[in-house]
Amino acid sequence: MGQIEWAMWANEQALASGLILITGGIVATAGQFTQWYFGAYSMYPGVFVCLLEYPRGKRAKGSTMERCGQKYMTAVVKLFGPLTRNYYIRAILHLMLSVPAGFLLATILGTACLAIASGIYLLAAVRGEQWTPIEPKPKERPQVGGTIKQPPSDPPPRPPAEARKKRSEEEAAGEGASPGGPQTNPMEVTDEVV
Amino acid sequence: LYRIQIAEPVLLPREAPTPLLTMGNWVINHWFSALFLAVWLGLNAFLFVDTFLKYEKADKYYYTREILGLSLACARASAICLNFNSMLILLPVCRNLLSFLRGTCSFCSRTLRKQLDHNLTFHKLVAYMICLHTAIHIIAHLFNFHRYSRSRQATDGSLASILSSLSHHEKEGGSWLNPFQSPNMTVEYVTFTSIAGLTGVIMTIALILMVTSATKFIRRSYFEVFWYTHHLFIFYIVGLGIHGIGGIVRGQTEESMNDNHPLNCSESFEKWDDHDFHCRHPQFEGNPPESWKWILAPVILYIFERILRFYRSQQKVVITKVVMHPSKVLELQMNKRGFSMEVGQYIFVNCPSISLLEWHPFTLTSAPEEDFFSIHIRGAGDWTENLIRAFEQQHSSFPRIEVDGPFGTVSEDVFQYEVAMLVGAGIGVTPYASILKSIWYKFQRADHNLKTQKIYFYWICRETGAFSWFNDLLTSLEQEMEELGKVGFLNYRLFLTGWDRNFAGHATLNFDKATDIVTGLKQKTSFGRPMWTNEFSAIATSHPKSVVGVFLCGPRTLAKSLRKCCHQYSSLDPRKVQFYFNKENF
Repeated sequence: MGQIEWAMWANEQALASGLILITGGIVATAGQFTQWYFGAYSMYPGVFVCLLEYPRGKRAKGSTMERCGQKYMTAVVKLFGPLTRNYYIRAILHLMLSVPAGFLLATILGTACLAIASGIYLLAAVRGEQWTPIEPKPKERPQVGGTIKQPPSDPPPRPPAEARKKRSEEEAAGEGASPGGPQTNPMEVTDEVV
Repeated sequence: LYRIQIAEPVLLPREAPTPLLTMGNWVINHWFSALFLAVWLGLNAFLFVDTFLKYEKADKYYYTREILGLSLACARASAICLNFNSMLILLPVCRNLLSFLRGTCSFCSRTLRKQLDHNLTFHKLVAYMICLHTAIHIIAHLFNFHRYSRSRQATDGSLASILSSLSHHEKEGGSWLNPFQSPNMTVEYVTFTSIAGLTGVIMTIALILMVTSATKFIRRSYFEVFWYTHHLFIFYIVGLGIHGIGGIVRGQTEESMNDNHPLNCSESFEKWDDHDFHCRHPQFEGNPPESWKWILAPVILYIFERILRFYRSQQKVVITKVVMHPSKVLELQMNKRGFSMEVGQYIFVNCPSISLLEWHPFTLTSAPEEDFFSIHIRGAGDWTENLIRAFEQQHSSFPRIEVDGPFGTVSEDVFQYEVAMLVGAGIGVTPYASILKSIWYKFQRADHNLKTQKIYFYWICRETGAFSWFNDLLTSLEQEMEELGKVGFLNYRLFLTGWDRNFAGHATLNFDKATDIVTGLKQKTSFGRPMWTNEFSAIATSHPKSVVGVFLCGPRTLAKSLRKCCHQYSSLDPRKVQFYFNKENF
């Protein structure tokens, strides 16, 4: 179990809990249950938890699958720095948010699930895990013409590789070097196509 | 770099088919799945509507409806669907049972057998349906409890309040309707003190934990989390069995319907107390629990399945050879009494010294003709790395290994097709080791049962380092083919997707050499990804009347492109070329 990153599972669990809290809250408010204001309250932490947990953190080992469209929330969550990076804070936050919802039956399921997520985050924090944002890789756009220092100076047909020391970046890999021959072609060269 | 061919008209891909044609092809390839799913959905819908109407219309529940309204029928309808789907969910994961069905169905058509490979997909669909109905069920019961509580507290002398106050301690015993025994009881109290409520909460939490740990991301990255958490299903099943014991769903008794038929007496409920009045107080009884009737058989089957797995795993496994390949690939050659396999099957392996309860799947890389069976294990996580480390220590004796299986996947079908296209991406090339070796043996023995006339093998990977063992296999196959003079039987193309300029430059310079510089094989390595449209059209042209089986062991995106090409290039005429797509799933 050494390599399990518990935070990843806690993240899934917390996201689910957020949705359950929202649903429970809507049901309680719509049905005007007794003490329905707990339900009305729990929609807010539900939404908050969903937004906080939506951007998946980066795995320590291996590649991470991003959730659809998560880069916007990643930018926001990143802003809070250590508050969102540290999993101890997340564990305590989730625990505190879940408590008020525990007073109403409609949202108690959300409380239980969020409390479990909080527990898993605590485990992750104890093991030193941290939330790192998934940064988009900077696109290496090869600038057209940027790497060409000079036009090709050694077009084919040309002497063998040993004699060719000049490098030409944009040279399309063509046929193998044809041996011998000066640069000016004594006879017509046809492209051999098989 | 391969030479660019002048595009001949016959090699150009056919015109893109119209959406109608594509749909037609889809139906032909998937008619059985579509039918199966339609039947399943239909049964769900039927059960839901039938139960809903029963509880909404029946006189027996007239008084119950008086308090609860529509949410009674909603809760009961979703409960029936939950029973139905809970019955179904255990069946697709009985892999020994499925393997047995597959084996006995060898006379069945190819289409039917393919369905058994979709077992995991069906398991997930049923799970989603369970989640949906759980949500409906819980929301409906929230309303039910709220209405019961409100009626109990009402003092307006309405029918609902009179029904609610029917005592729990009458001499007749248990003729109450409202589970809220006193007006002071809160919904939370009744939930956690009734069997139904308590088991309901436990079941739902178990379900949620199972679902969150079973998402594809968690399953692929941290298999152990998924495997252990998923065993919470025991709480779910047991909870489901005892969920209805309390008899909270109450309807009027037959006897009481004679004294107090709702249609006659409900209007005059104020007079029920009068001794002379022809209507007496109604009596109620709880519905007996029925969930256990639904899940009993699958549970027994599943217990049997687990016992079978345990029994098979106890059979002694003898390790005959251990080979450490480059890039941390461990090959284990083993023997087990009574073990017999087909090509491309997989086994589950357990190593008690590493982890007592974990079983990990591995494709068999040996051919059935060999007198041992082997697997190649790459270090990709905790368990695999521990296993490799345990075998690397040569001074101590090898750790004990337990094996369950073999279990069949579609690779078994590869010899049933005249023409086979085998695509292996990365580690997905492993089942093909078994297939190609088997071909080699069948040729040596001039096996006439081989229906296959031609094999096109595509191997796509980033770099060949981790698969040097497979490389060696291809080299020896190349030699064999040459010796037997059957060079055309197996066509293979290797595609390196992780190439860079230097690599390509080096390859260019060595273009004229007879063997490939990367692999040492006669067949040159190509760089980049295959262009499937070209490949499919070329094969369709060379085999215009054949049935081509396309097999993939690799990522989903590749499956999508291959599936699309299969649909596009299959002719609607069943006598002409047909491409059938098969994907391995783990």
